[in-house]
Amino acid sequence: MNGSYPLGRRDRLRRSMLYVPGNMPAMLQNIPVFEADGVMIDLEDAVPLGEKDAARTLAANFLQTLGGRDKEIFVRINGLDTKYARDDLREILPARPDGIRLPKADHREVVEKLDTLLTEAEENLKLPIGWFKIIPSIESAIGVLNCIEVAQASDRIVALAFGAEDYTASLEIERTKEGTELFNARTRIVWAAKAAGLQAIDSVFSDVNDVEGLRRETMLVKGLGFTGKSLVNPRQIETVHDVFRPRQEEIDNALEIMEAIKKAREMGTGVISLRGRMVDAPVVKRAARILRTAVAFGMIEYELSDEVIHGRE
Amino acid sequence: MDASSGNRGGEGSASDAPMVKNSLGRMVPTLWKGKSYEPYRDPWSRAPAVDRGTRPLVRRNPWESKVLKSLREAIERCDLRDGMTISTHHHLRNGDRLLNLLVQECEAMGLKNLTVASSSVHPVNAEIIPCIRNGTITRCETGVNGLIGELASKGELDFPIVVRSHGGRARSILAGDVPVDAAFIAAPCCDETGNLNGAQGPSACGSLGYAHTDARYARKVVAVTDHLVPYPASPVSISQSDVDFVVPIDSLGDSQKIVSTTTRVTRDPAGLLIAKHAAEVIEAAGLLRNGFSFQTGSGGTSLAVAENVRNRMRELGIKGSFGCGGITGYFVDMLEEGLFHTLFDVQCFDLKAVQSFGRNIMHREISADLYANPFNRGCVVNQLDCVILGATEVDLDFNVNVNTESNGYLLHNTGGHCDTAAGARLAIVVAPSIRGRLPIIRDSVTTVTTPGETVDVIVTERGIAVAPRHQELAKELARRRLPVKEIRQLHEETTALTGKPRPIPFTDNIIALIEYRDGSIIDVVRQVQE
Repeated sequence: MNGSYPLGRRDRLRRSMLYVPGNMPAMLQNIPVFEADGVMIDLEDAVPLGEKDAARTLAANFLQTLGGRDKEIFVRINGLDTKYARDDLREILPARPDGIRLPKADHREVVEKLDTLLTEAEENLKLPIGWFKIIPSIESAIGVLNCIEVAQASDRIVALAFGAEDYTASLEIERTKEGTELFNARTRIVWAAKAAGLQAIDSVFSDVNDVEGLRRETMLVKGLGFTGKSLVNPRQIETVHDVFRPRQEEIDNALEIMEAIKKAREMGTGVISLRGRMVDAPVVKRAARILRTAVAFGMIEYELSDEVIHGRE
Repeated sequence: MDASSGNRGGEGSASDAPMVKNSLGRMVPTLWKGKSYEPYRDPWSRAPAVDRGTRPLVRRNPWESKVLKSLREAIERCDLRDGMTISTHHHLRNGDRLLNLLVQECEAMGLKNLTVASSSVHPVNAEIIPCIRNGTITRCETGVNGLIGELASKGELDFPIVVRSHGGRARSILAGDVPVDAAFIAAPCCDETGNLNGAQGPSACGSLGYAHTDARYARKVVAVTDHLVPYPASPVSISQSDVDFVVPIDSLGDSQKIVSTTTRVTRDPAGLLIAKHAAEVIEAAGLLRNGFSFQTGSGGTSLAVAENVRNRMRELGIKGSFGCGGITGYFVDMLEEGLFHTLFDVQCFDLKAVQSFGRNIMHREISADLYANPFNRGCVVNQLDCVILGATEVDLDFNVNVNTESNGYLLHNTGGHCDTAAGARLAIVVAPSIRGRLPIIRDSVTTVTTPGETVDVIVTERGIAVAPRHQELAKELARRRLPVKEIRQLHEETTALTGKPRPIPFTDNIIALIEYRDGSIIDVVRQVQE
């Protein structure tokens, strides 16, 4: 699934994707301050109907005045079935967000529609085709059923996101802190994402004051295969990063693997034995992910080489 | 009005004062409202060759009673006359009634031209404003919080103010710069001989640290109490050997407001980020080791720093030596958990601190003199490893302002700011980069409270600025991937967001002097042009 996009596009760290309400200047202004891997400026649920226009303009202006970006910035537009979505895209895209978080991605067609709109925008803005990324949000029963198709609907997709609040609402059930009611949906979304070579981003944990609850849920979803979480408050970043922080022995092991595969590549092969264990492409990819995470945490300094990871063509 | 009209401010005061430039480039008077002053030079060298102040001997025989019927009787027995100086302490803070009662009694007795040399003045003391206007009190040898400072800044009050730090106030009394004729000490618990403490009674406020200097050096000392107990009041904080008279009154103040500061860790994500970085700076500086000593204020961000430090001390198994200054429940918890050996308490900030003060033997009361006076053979702040400080403005030279607000009004007293900055090995200022749409970092602060020579690190949510003399620390922070930036860069980044604030227009009229802890004049506050 490397497709036509530069390497790393889908491997980029997205442990913490922080929602920032698009209608609140004081919070937008702090986007560069917090150490989230990415932010999602919200024009949808966080913004009251009366402020949709203002939020859109504010967000666009903010993006345009923001200097160097140290994190990915997505914009959560209103659903494509609403009257706001087109205006959202028209105003936001010229300010060049990194991508769009698409709510209510219930069907493949919704993503395809957005893909088309983004392509049109890229042509108008003279941007390379494929510049804008998409993170579809799976947040209903039908969305969960269709997520496998949705995941493959566009090469722009870098991750699948799960929206548990809307999902439980669509099932007419309570969302609990234990999250047993979410188990099947989460598993299916991870399957869909992994099968398509994508990352999987779990839902928000709304109780900002319950740090232990957030930690438990993050450990749970990490175990299921999620690579990150959407967040409602900057105070949650540290906990989530802490859970996703690699252990020292994982790092040491990954470094050994990289050394081994480097030797293998020099010898002209893609497989090598390391202390009796076979090191091949999937093992190397996982090691690379661990090292990339460790670098992001400042735990090691290491330069990853695509040639070593993937081999020369 | 007659008594004070002679030194009415306005045009005249600036021109009759010979002005000189101090070492920070601030124009300061050498003579102001009849007293002479030295310009600030540096934080370390001023040391006048004088004796420490003294007071008359008093003989007291066994049959003599100190208990008087009223404040008026006490004022008479102190032989208080026009032009003299009175003092109170501010441990009752915004619940204080005594200063108001005292000044109003002086007014009723027709006294004029008195100087107020209290340890601080709070918003509740705005009640005395009519007595300023009618000339009962005409000079203020202490910094002020609230309306009095605002009116003075607007030129609506003729009340020359000399702002001092806690250590600086103690020094001014010990050195005889501000001789106090009569000190009126609000005593939450007192016996008829004048033994008193702050631990018991309906107005319990804990430590009475600011009152000790007055008790030792004022010509007459009056204990005023709403809780007269049979001899002996114990433990003894200020003793019978220092007290001339005892006056029982109904109430010292509103006990609800005595311990009014809500001391809670901030929940603001930016404040928490600042706190995290500040704690990391302390660790990077190598200070988190056995024997660590620490002071923070009671603000939400300061407490968040304390919380981070506490967690880190636990993780590393570190046992600190002491916490000092104004004491909060957080420091009490750290004491009781064994993270500190001792608390040196000049002032209790919350109820939990007051309760601990009466219970924990290692929670010690210290005087403002012992706490922070630079001229006393060694004060506690000199032993401090780290202090966390606030700021309303910081400038490119790391000078800090806590006295004046963005509108130019003198609204805050100095507290221990410049004392602890000078004493501590590491003085960290924590502040949001933008407050009320204004940048915290300026080209030049409106008012210098604390000289940049004593400020080591500024931590904002947008980055950490390290004073240029600490290159090693800056490198270590960078090595730990903390967001270290040149202060100029931080300044540019924030002003790019906020724009450059328009300068506040001031007149020439000086309404207050900012005295550095050593008695030299570090800055002045001028009347705002409305």
